[in-house]
Amino acid sequence: MIGLASVLDLSRFQFAMTTIFHFFYVPLSIGTALAVAIMETIYVRTKKPLYKSMAQFWGKIFLLSFAVGVVTGIIQEFQFGMNWSNYSRFMGDIFGAPLAIEALLAFFMESTFIGVWMFTWDRFKPGVHVIFIWLTWLGSTLSAIWILAANSFMQHPTGFEINAQTGHVRLTSFMAVVANPQLWVEFPHVIFAAILTGGMVVLGMSAFGLLRSKQKREFFTKSAKVGAWLALVGSLLTIAAGDMQTRYIINDQPMKFAATEGIYKDTTDPAPWQAVALIDTKTKTVKSSVDIPYLLSILSYHSTSGSVKGMNTINKELHAKYDKKFGANMNYYVPVKTLFWSFRFMAGVGVLSALLTFLALLWSRAKKDTLADKRWFLWILGICTYLPFVGTTGGWLITELGRYPWVVYGLQTIADAVSPTTTAGQLWFTNIVYFVLFCVLGGVMVFYSRRTLHHGPDYDASEVNDTKQVHGNAREAYQA
Amino acid sequence: MTILQLLWYGVIALLFAIFLFLDGFDFGVGMATRLVAQTPAERQLYMRAIGPHWDGNEVWLITAGGAMFASFPLWYASLFSGYYILLFLTLVALILRGVSFEFSAHAETPRELAVWQWANFCGSLLAPFFLGMMLTSMIQGVPMDAQGNIWAGFWQVCNWLSIVGGVATVYFSFLHGLHFLSLKLPAVDARKMLHVSSKVYWIAYPALIVFVLLAIFQTDFYTARPLSTWLITVIILAATICGHWAAAHVRGGIAFISTGVTLAGVIAFIFNGLFPRVLIGVPAKNSLLIQNASASPKTLTIMTIVLVCLLPIVLIYFIWSYWIQRKRISSSDIQGENGY
Ligand code: HEM
Repeated sequence: MIGLASVLDLSRFQFAMTTIFHFFYVPLSIGTALAVAIMETIYVRTKKPLYKSMAQFWGKIFLLSFAVGVVTGIIQEFQFGMNWSNYSRFMGDIFGAPLAIEALLAFFMESTFIGVWMFTWDRFKPGVHVIFIWLTWLGSTLSAIWILAANSFMQHPTGFEINAQTGHVRLTSFMAVVANPQLWVEFPHVIFAAILTGGMVVLGMSAFGLLRSKQKREFFTKSAKVGAWLALVGSLLTIAAGDMQTRYIINDQPMKFAATEGIYKDTTDPAPWQAVALIDTKTKTVKSSVDIPYLLSILSYHSTSGSVKGMNTINKELHAKYDKKFGANMNYYVPVKTLFWSFRFMAGVGVLSALLTFLALLWSRAKKDTLADKRWFLWILGICTYLPFVGTTGGWLITELGRYPWVVYGLQTIADAVSPTTTAGQLWFTNIVYFVLFCVLGGVMVFYSRRTLHHGPDYDASEVNDTKQVHGNAREAYQA
Repeated sequence: MTILQLLWYGVIALLFAIFLFLDGFDFGVGMATRLVAQTPAERQLYMRAIGPHWDGNEVWLITAGGAMFASFPLWYASLFSGYYILLFLTLVALILRGVSFEFSAHAETPRELAVWQWANFCGSLLAPFFLGMMLTSMIQGVPMDAQGNIWAGFWQVCNWLSIVGGVATVYFSFLHGLHFLSLKLPAVDARKMLHVSSKVYWIAYPALIVFVLLAIFQTDFYTARPLSTWLITVIILAATICGHWAAAHVRGGIAFISTGVTLAGVIAFIFNGLFPRVLIGVPAKNSLLIQNASASPKTLTIMTIVLVCLLPIVLIYFIWSYWIQRKRISSSDIQGENGY
């Protein structure tokens, strides 16, 4: 056995790595697909070639994202069996069905219509062709529902019983699994975050486009507007859904909530909000913090009064509740610092996105249109292309780490879920290969996206050619 | 064993068979980009032939995996954790193959293009190899404990039968890909494909005989279920002869169907032989059975309803997407990125 880390640690690392990497591309694909669908719809409505060119140009970014999303998604379909076989045995009766439905309902739709959409621009009338991108988008959105249904069960099991013979989970009500309240706060949050992601990426890349060349000003200003609208609406709705989710987990997973706010001892009533805090996980205390009075009560209960339970109290409650089944040695404290800061990054991304997109829309409105001249602002927007990924990653860290020590809340621990047959050696091998592979895929994806941006859209042939384009395209080269 | 369990065993078999039928030719086309095509432009043309379809074809594997999880969770858990490294290698191959389409459309220098075309070739070659290995290693019986964990050592995974099984899957996928190309490429190239195929076909006969001999000694298929096993063997052989004849007589359509039947036949062979087990354990009492590996009746019922409602719709637009793109392609189709 290769030392340093246990099978459990390595398996958890692998799950985190593959899922976080996959989830860069999920919201990006859902978001950019929507942006492309909207652009193509505007083209169908207005018949302006600019919008067709926009749909095709951003379509390239969408396709790059989709390609990496698809191949990393295959890992997801199999890794539960590979690394978490005891989990699969325990949860199979519930977990498999949403996964299979996801494939049947969503993946086929996505993959078929994206293939049609890509290759039939000349074949169908614009009004028909646009349907294919909408169906692609619908497919990816439906897929999110089903995978989140599976995730929601792990957060908040519903519609099941424990099979006395095998000790495994057994389905009692499929409706209850689908109607899981966790799902219906989680799904909107994720979908709106995806719209935010697509919008911010289109906006940020357009800003870089505007910085690079004055000639494509019209193209990139219009693109920036579409992106900004999406990101503005996306961020406001994400925040609204996040607020619902926050108030939901206070009751459902109080430990997770207390950790995101770094609260060890029960708060006073009314509760102040710790904007930043120095947390000491060893002594289980908050060394110092910057407090904003009343705000936590407002955030938690939408009222100026009400206290929040601290982790120490919750820890005792959890021991009282679960010790009979899982023993007294369980550690119910979640990784507090990670959750605390992830939450601040995530929420910060939401607020910052809303602010930036508001300004972008303000300055690009038809009467004023000075966005392209504010280079400092374009730089900020450009860098913020990467911002949403910080938010979504932070969000998943909260959701998944905050469920510690459970893989299925209250039913199975992470330690019990892992495959008994995999070895540390195998996991080192697969982790390293995945890591290298992801670096290459991510690097190439970003590189090609940037290069696509630098070449710019094909729109407007009257413009002077960039020197960059002298190299041309390999395909044109060997066809000549 | 209930009707629903039986049904879902059949559904899983069907999903794998459709997957191999469809993605089989994608793999074959990928192999042909090195083994037949001479220039980067030709390679791009071959890849364009499957460009709109490969992803949808791969979804059949995803669906098979998901359906297996839903209907036989214990099988899903044991098989994929037990064949950890082989499955991992299959996934890596599928990843390389998968990104190569999009990335090669963005390549600008000959070297960049070559990288992604090699990725496509290697992925297309290795994915069916590892998958074939996994399926044929599994049927020989693997060390299992009472909890259903597979403790397969190197030689259980990598042995004569599994290697021949892997090679055979690769080989028939290659032929299948040639036949698909013969239906999609301009007439001149199409004839070339069938010409190559009719030459390569000769290896099929010794390969099949070796496979059957190994299977007779290494599995209990021919003694446990002799009649159906022999029947499937004969069908595979007949499809091979038929495909060979068709390739030699420039009948691409028949050749394509024949190699497809051969590939689907391999799945039928395996699932027929496994029955009523899903994993053959050593010792035999630890085998996983259809009866005890399945999900609850309730889950199976729901999945059946879902399948009956959704599959016909999927099939309609899936087939439609092939139908509207049935025309032969030519080099003028690959101007511009991503088909625009
Ligand atoms: C101020 C705004 C926000 C609040 C109050 C908020 C709240 C939350 C909460 C409480 C969770 C954990 C839910 C659970 O464990 O069940 C969560 C998860 C998550 N958040 Fe946020 N969030 C905000 C903004 C954002 C933004 C801007 C993004 C993306 C850019 C984002 C992406 C996510 C994701 C991907 C998850 C994991 C999936 C889920 O459980 O929904 N959030 N958020």
